Amino acid sequence: MVSVAELLEVRDLVKHFPVTRGVAFRRTVGQVRAVDGVSFTLGAGETLGVVGESGCGKSTLAQVLMRLEPPTSGAALFEGAPMFDLRGAALRRWRRDMQIVLQDPYTSLNPRMTVGDIVGEPFEIHPEVAPRSSRAGRVRELLDVVGLNPEHINRYPHQFSGGQRQRIGIARALALRPKVIVCDEPVSALDVSIQAQVMNLLGELQAEFGLSYIFIAHDLSVVRHLSDRVAVMYLGKIVEIGTAEQIYRHPTHPYTQALLSAVPVADPGLRGRRDVIRLSGDVPSPVNPPSGCRFRTRCWKAQDVCATEEPALVTRVGGHPSACHFAEERSVVP
Amino acid sequence: MLLEVEDLHVEFRTRDGVARVLNGVSYRVSAGETLAVLGESGSGKSVTAHAIMGILDTPPAFVTRGSVRFHGEELLSASAERRRSVRAEGVAMIFQDALSALNPVFTVGFQIEEQLRVRRGMSRAEARARAIELLDLVRIPAARQRVREYPHQFSGGMRQRAMIAMSLALDPEVLIADEPTTALDVTVQAQIMDLLAEIQRERQMGLVLITHDLGVVAEVADRIVVMYAGRIVEQADTVSLFRSPGHPYTAALMRSLPRLDSKGTALETIRGLPPSLLRIPSGCPFHPRCPRAEDVCVSDVPGAVRLGFGRTSACHFAEEVVGGFGG
Repeated sequence: MVSVAELLEVRDLVKHFPVTRGVAFRRTVGQVRAVDGVSFTLGAGETLGVVGESGCGKSTLAQVLMRLEPPTSGAALFEGAPMFDLRGAALRRWRRDMQIVLQDPYTSLNPRMTVGDIVGEPFEIHPEVAPRSSRAGRVRELLDVVGLNPEHINRYPHQFSGGQRQRIGIARALALRPKVIVCDEPVSALDVSIQAQVMNLLGELQAEFGLSYIFIAHDLSVVRHLSDRVAVMYLGKIVEIGTAEQIYRHPTHPYTQALLSAVPVADPGLRGRRDVIRLSGDVPSPVNPPSGCRFRTRCWKAQDVCATEEPALVTRVGGHPSACHFAEERSVVP
Repeated sequence: MLLEVEDLHVEFRTRDGVARVLNGVSYRVSAGETLAVLGESGSGKSVTAHAIMGILDTPPAFVTRGSVRFHGEELLSASAERRRSVRAEGVAMIFQDALSALNPVFTVGFQIEEQLRVRRGMSRAEARARAIELLDLVRIPAARQRVREYPHQFSGGMRQRAMIAMSLALDPEVLIADEPTTALDVTVQAQIMDLLAEIQRERQMGLVLITHDLGVVAEVADRIVVMYAGRIVEQADTVSLFRSPGHPYTAALMRSLPRLDSKGTALETIRGLPPSLLRIPSGCPFHPRCPRAEDVCVSDVPGAVRLGFGRTSACHFAEEVVGGFGG
């Protein structure tokens, strides 16, 4: 879905965490460049998938977008308003519009609160959304919307399975009628048969409430299934961004190609016949990322220019931006 | 036969009651073969492995029936000393979470060398040399320096490699790998699976790969057993199983998988939840979630129906399911 008016526009977002030494005389000895210049837009009703391996900064991105961590620099416009500058009442109003669903349904719900209290807690902070008298009814509605039995309003999280707990987390995120939900690995802790249920639920809710999602995951198949557009991250930067079709069918960045080709395909007939790119080594440390292109230390195409000049995220071939000096299309998904 | 598990029953005696975790699991692994054990959490795939290794926590876990044989020798009734020696040299195991499987206060080298010194009577120097060879074998760069480092100094992929090196130290004939790549990123997962496949081929080891990932299974397994609620519901060679699953659970699992090559609207789902092992449903344990369940499924436990060579399915309607790719 392509929309004219962008709901969210992120420009050159940076988040560095200081690395410190010493106790009494703390000094900063370096910076973890968790997010290092990320720009993208999100339209109303759209899903932007963010994929990348551990340490690429995708969860930090979520934390900064939720304003759980202040950005080091950069700007974000939410419906045209600079959201990092919001204070007081305007900030509280904005918080209603953007909610998050977390990865681990076992630690993201308070074990000492009932489901009703968990899902209803947003109303305590934003009483204008639902007057006290109508809250229990609203919570029941929300439980029903996410496919839970409203009669279970007085149960505790431990009485639910992992998939059901994730539904509780989704109900909590929906309570304030947000416009954007940031989903940080919402299905990766779930079994395959349950994962499909939760993914379908997310799809239904989007259609029903016109939600926009920022869908962060390491599982490329899951991201493909739900996303309109996809951003691929590596060491704090977006290396390639485009429509799901462009990224999966016509990837141009070597990292995207390697990532896609490494995903095991559930078809034994393709064994040994697929174009599999094997990367060597691990992701370098974000404290001391390689000069120039950050992927060059694992890239089979790397030349001298890659060490000296950082490739910009611009369209070179194939109609979508890719941060590689030698971007070229290569189809790796059978 | 290298390793045989037959009619294994394990129960966990808990405060809430008796959980029947394994209800008659049988499988075999021969030399040079990769057997994948596929199942979701709670299906009993890891418990079976722990029973084979003799590392179940008793209590609460009790083996109530069945047999585990290594080269025909019964292990369940063997002495603790005998089991220890089989565990070290016959059947080795690697775990999902390498960080908690390695001891944080000893160097990686020490943990590899320890077994060589105790079991092979090597000197410190010999054991150190062998440890470096093993780290080289699993392609840890600069093995000579790395051997002196601690597990926390290794990245996730390298820890998993170190654990593989450790498990290979005494040349086991069978390697049980319990979700060896689940905690790893896809590009590292691909490296580790390649490494395992290569080592297995060279040494003609039997490999038992425990996983929930249908993609990994399709890429490396020779044969597959599918577990559900402590039972094997289907077993088949990899190609046949993917071409035409013989059990409604396997079929549904495959259809609920999101795919890389298409953006779907809604995924097919398996309704409901896996059963509580404290209260396993009557008859076929899958019947409350099965789209084609009939009265007989509620009343009778289905036996293993033979579906051609080496294939079985524990479904009353196995022949129809395998014919129609459906459940």
